[in-house]
Amino acid sequence: MWPDSDLKVASLVSNGQHPKSGRSRRASQDARAVELALKMTGRAARVIHVGTGHRDSGLGQYLGMGLPEITLLNADENADAVPVLVDHLKGTDLDIVLTGIHAEQGEASGMVPYLLAEHLGWPLVSHIADIQKVEGGKAEVLQALPRGQRRLLRVPLPFIATVDNAAAEARQYAFGAARRGKLVDEVIDAPVDQARLEWESHPAKPRPKRLHVAKAKSAADRFKAATAKPQGQGGSVLRDGTDLEKATAIMDLLISEGVVR
Amino acid sequence: MLPEWLLPALVITALGLFAIGALRRILLWRAGRPEPVSLIAGLMAMPRRYLVDLHHVVARDKVMSNTHVATAGGFVLSMLLIIPVHVFGLDSRWLTIPLLAATVIMFTGAVFVYRRRRNPPARLSKGPWMRLPKSLLTFSVSFFLLTLLASDLLPENFGHWVLTGVLLIGVTLGLAELLFGMGWGGPMKHAFAGALHLAFHRRPERFGGGRSTGLKPVDLDGMLGVAKPSDFKWNQLLGFDACVQCGRCEAVCPAFAAGQPLNPKKLIQDMVVGLAGGSDAHYAGSPYPGRDVGQAQGNPHQPIVDGLVSAETLWSCTTCRACVEECPMMIEHVDAIVDMRRHLTLERGETPNKGAEVLDNLIATDNPGGYEPNSRMNWAADLALPLMADKQEAEVLFWVSDGCFDMRSQRILRAFVKILKAANVDFAVLGNEECDSGDVARRLGDDATFQTLARHNIATLSKYRFTRIVTTDPHAFHVLKNEYGDFGGHYDVMHHSTFINELVEQGRINLDRFKGGTVTYHDPCYLGRYNGEYESPRALLAALGIQVSEMERSGYRSRCCGGGGGAPITDIPGEHRIADMRVDDARKVEAETIAVACQQCTAMLEGVVEPRPEIRDLAELVADGLVVDATPASTATAGPSLAEEVH
Ligand code: SF4
Ligand code: SF4
Repeated sequence: MWPDSDLKVASLVSNGQHPKSGRSRRASQDARAVELALKMTGRAARVIHVGTGHRDSGLGQYLGMGLPEITLLNADENADAVPVLVDHLKGTDLDIVLTGIHAEQGEASGMVPYLLAEHLGWPLVSHIADIQKVEGGKAEVLQALPRGQRRLLRVPLPFIATVDNAAAEARQYAFGAARRGKLVDEVIDAPVDQARLEWESHPAKPRPKRLHVAKAKSAADRFKAATAKPQGQGGSVLRDGTDLEKATAIMDLLISEGVVR
Repeated sequence: MLPEWLLPALVITALGLFAIGALRRILLWRAGRPEPVSLIAGLMAMPRRYLVDLHHVVARDKVMSNTHVATAGGFVLSMLLIIPVHVFGLDSRWLTIPLLAATVIMFTGAVFVYRRRRNPPARLSKGPWMRLPKSLLTFSVSFFLLTLLASDLLPENFGHWVLTGVLLIGVTLGLAELLFGMGWGGPMKHAFAGALHLAFHRRPERFGGGRSTGLKPVDLDGMLGVAKPSDFKWNQLLGFDACVQCGRCEAVCPAFAAGQPLNPKKLIQDMVVGLAGGSDAHYAGSPYPGRDVGQAQGNPHQPIVDGLVSAETLWSCTTCRACVEECPMMIEHVDAIVDMRRHLTLERGETPNKGAEVLDNLIATDNPGGYEPNSRMNWAADLALPLMADKQEAEVLFWVSDGCFDMRSQRILRAFVKILKAANVDFAVLGNEECDSGDVARRLGDDATFQTLARHNIATLSKYRFTRIVTTDPHAFHVLKNEYGDFGGHYDVMHHSTFINELVEQGRINLDRFKGGTVTYHDPCYLGRYNGEYESPRALLAALGIQVSEMERSGYRSRCCGGGGGAPITDIPGEHRIADMRVDDARKVEAETIAVACQQCTAMLEGVVEPRPEIRDLAELVADGLVVDATPASTATAGPSLAEEVH
């Protein structure tokens, strides 16, 4: 099984930010994506970063996980990462691209994987906890659902997946490995993100959280109330029916919500 | 009579074989990495180091010490005389009578060795070591009689050839053990390797009553730690080879006693297996608790971990230095253990349990708990502590340490502040500018993070003027005092016990008598063995009117609390907990209070389930006993500000 030398897996990594000190570090979800890639392909795992990274930043910590190299697509701060990545990924023969769910600093919109999937025409699986095996051009992917639930999906290659915090924790990074790993620069044409130039950014103000008062009789209820992720109201669960019917139902919903016009 | 040439031939052969074996052994050591030593000065210093420093350690066991002097001294003297008498055939009473005397001395020593070996304590190795006293006896008796027969001291034709023949066999056996065995890895190897180890010791400062306990600086661009035996410095390998398997280290090791998989003697022997190549099948001492002997295999170029020793063995050590303190051969176990840990952490990224998380926190937030770096002063929000950034200058820089994040340690810190204020000390703190000292990172093998923290702290300290640094944390104390020097930070650092004791001696604070019951004192490893401060804490307790009921293991023999070297972080399971054993020591002297001088000791000992003696830091005991009115009112402002402070 793992590592599978025929498989080509890449993780996209960003520079993280420590929540307490604000120091640059490996981003926790991206590091899990690297961990998963290392598990699946060993040292053949490819790791790609767009930016002006240097090894004293979080990139060094990714290298310290035992990566021989990180492909560095040189782009300055104002660049839009999506077209850069699309150009790069089109020229490769990757089977799986892993990313975190969203970055720890900057825009952190979580849109990159979706935009990539759209441009490449690949399926996207969000919030995965693990990839269990790849067989006959399909991967068995474990998706993390709220409250510790898991769902097994079979996804055709190639695809993009975002890695959830439920995935295996990233291994310790080692100073020696970070020192040996290489940053392989690739000079590319990076278009400026025009939209963002017009934005103004302010440090976020912490907003007071509304406490959810749970009216529960037993400890078990209180525990449930405390741990439950908020669940959507209404809607319906379609278990039976053909794929077409399910897709139509979703499309109808999107149209009625005004997401698709 | 037997042919004349037989005896000289035997002695010359034995000497020759010894020389070949010795050269071979030297080549084995030279497989290690280079480390410059002063050849001549080392060899010149060797006799003194042997006679004074080594015997200072050996003399803790008086009988053994005398035994060794007699046996070893007798042997060396005999060898020196055997060569002229039996090899060159010099027939003079001036030589034969001393030779006879030397063999008699050696014989007397050997009898004592023999007696000890009849019921050897568990810490001693058996196997070939059981043969050694017999060899010593054979050697001395045979040479005594042979010399007697060959001399003109007896009437002509007294000797019978049968007797001579038997004696020659004895001589052969004796020479085989004492000369051949010395060069070829027998028990007597310790004499040859030990002598050279003393000459080329990696910490020569330890001789002549000195102290050298700080870890050696690491070049982060060079090799990171020790992966295989040949990665050790050559004189470290030589040091391992000097081990006499006396097991004194094993007897004092807290991890061994707790049933964790560490035995310092076995560890050193496994290193010997590594440097010579082979397996530990011939090891005849106590194993690592819970592990079988015979599994370890290695050679100088094969990885140590998971061949010779398991990683758990290395991570069980609390770096308490009890073994080093006790070792008569002055072997440096802790250096070796941390060297190997460094490889695991910096090259393999395999720091067990909470290790990775703690190191990650230190890198990201400069404190092991991952707390907000700007919250270092929250513990003192109501104390209005002067900041160095405001004052720029103070007599005392109070190094707060990471105790600021821990509620129990905060009580110690607050007590110390109370004392500082009562004594009108001109002090200031660094506040949020302070970082972790790097102690834990370094003991966990992460010298990269240690150096980052050290350099950062040194840069911060260089901005301000102060006469000395005082801290309540012996680990920070040790690192600031002994390990920052290599990176350009030279300070006058004091532990709070020394400092408070000075205040008492100068009459700057007055103390009431302590009113509790029996008190014992637990010496923290990093204050005692690492820095030799045994007196001030006791003087301070005496100033409180306390007569310390000493535990059996106190002073330089103090048993570790289990909290050093990152051991609570790597948390290798054993049969007992070290802290429990330490509290049992205190229970044996019926102590109601254990006075400590370290926040880590406080945390470890307080973690023992009640009922147990109360754990109080010296600062807390002193703060409780402060007589505030009697403070000399040298400055008018002292009075009121004190009144506000009492919590
Ligand atoms: S330093 Fe302490 S714990 Fe470590 S091996 Fe020596 S005696 Fe044992
Ligand atoms: S290391 Fe030292 S104390 Fe331990 S057995 Fe060897 S000589 Fe004795």
